Amino acid sequence: MPHDHHDHGHEHDHLSPSGHPYQPDQDHPLTKWQAMEIAMRELLVEKGILTREEITQTVEAMDRRSPADGAKVVARAWVDPDYKARLLADGSAAINEMGFHADAMKLVVLENTADVHNVVVCTLCSCYPRNLLGLPPDWYKQRAYRSRVVKTPRAVLSEFGLTLPDTTQVRVHDSTADMRYLILPARPEGTADMDETALAALINRDSMIGVAQASAPE
Amino acid sequence: MSEHHVRVKDWFPPGHVRTPFFLRGKTGVIERELGAFENPEQRAYRQKPDMRKLVRVRFTMVEVWGEDAETPTDTLDAEIYEHWLEPVNAT
Repeated sequence: MPHDHHDHGHEHDHLSPSGHPYQPDQDHPLTKWQAMEIAMRELLVEKGILTREEITQTVEAMDRRSPADGAKVVARAWVDPDYKARLLADGSAAINEMGFHADAMKLVVLENTADVHNVVVCTLCSCYPRNLLGLPPDWYKQRAYRSRVVKTPRAVLSEFGLTLPDTTQVRVHDSTADMRYLILPARPEGTADMDETALAALINRDSMIGVAQASAPE
Repeated sequence: MSEHHVRVKDWFPPGHVRTPFFLRGKTGVIERELGAFENPEQRAYRQKPDMRKLVRVRFTMVEVWGEDAETPTDTLDAEIYEHWLEPVNAT
């Protein structure tokens, strides 16, 4: 254990002075696919198909995606019943209205209520609504979550701190093909006076995957 | 049985398929139709893909897991391509 101070000096060779393991430097040769990526990128630039600036801008735009985007969509649905109806009927079209895009994939939005609790998984890989939530959390990609949430969703949700009553039906959604899923969490009590921006701050990433509720107002 | 009841085929072909093993042979209800999408079983091998209808099928947990189900009436939805589905009353 990094914080246990034994007298075995050799065991400390792999630890920093603060007692944490060193992360190895990436000074190995390029992998095949790293070399392929560089070759392809340089060719596209050389042939004038893309500019370096366009590539940088696209990478930066992908890096900017975050759960704050999904939270804006959910907050709008909380304050605007017509928008909510459009969002549940056709998620891709409704997020387009707000300047977000589902690309080739279609967005399905599912509403959590006291009676029904929806939770999302991709058992086959790690399909995730990146355009609205950014990169998926590590646990979402791991076998433990992917294999267990389809079999014992209530136990898994309890481990996330969400214990549901028997009166709430649990619906697990396996993102197996071309759909991506956004959960519309229930609007918390005591938020009637809050505006869209304040509401968006209550909408955490996990609540839009379905492993948590939206946060309570302070 | 309503025409919306379907069974996932109990196929185990080699190669890239997007029908989870744990749903093969299981019966569910069509939750919604999603339109036609390129067949990933061809796309994965750079063949020109056919367009295949995709539907969301809803299974009960008792159907999927039998007596091991955590709560039998909870459900699991998955997207399944039409060529993986057969009517329930098919022999």
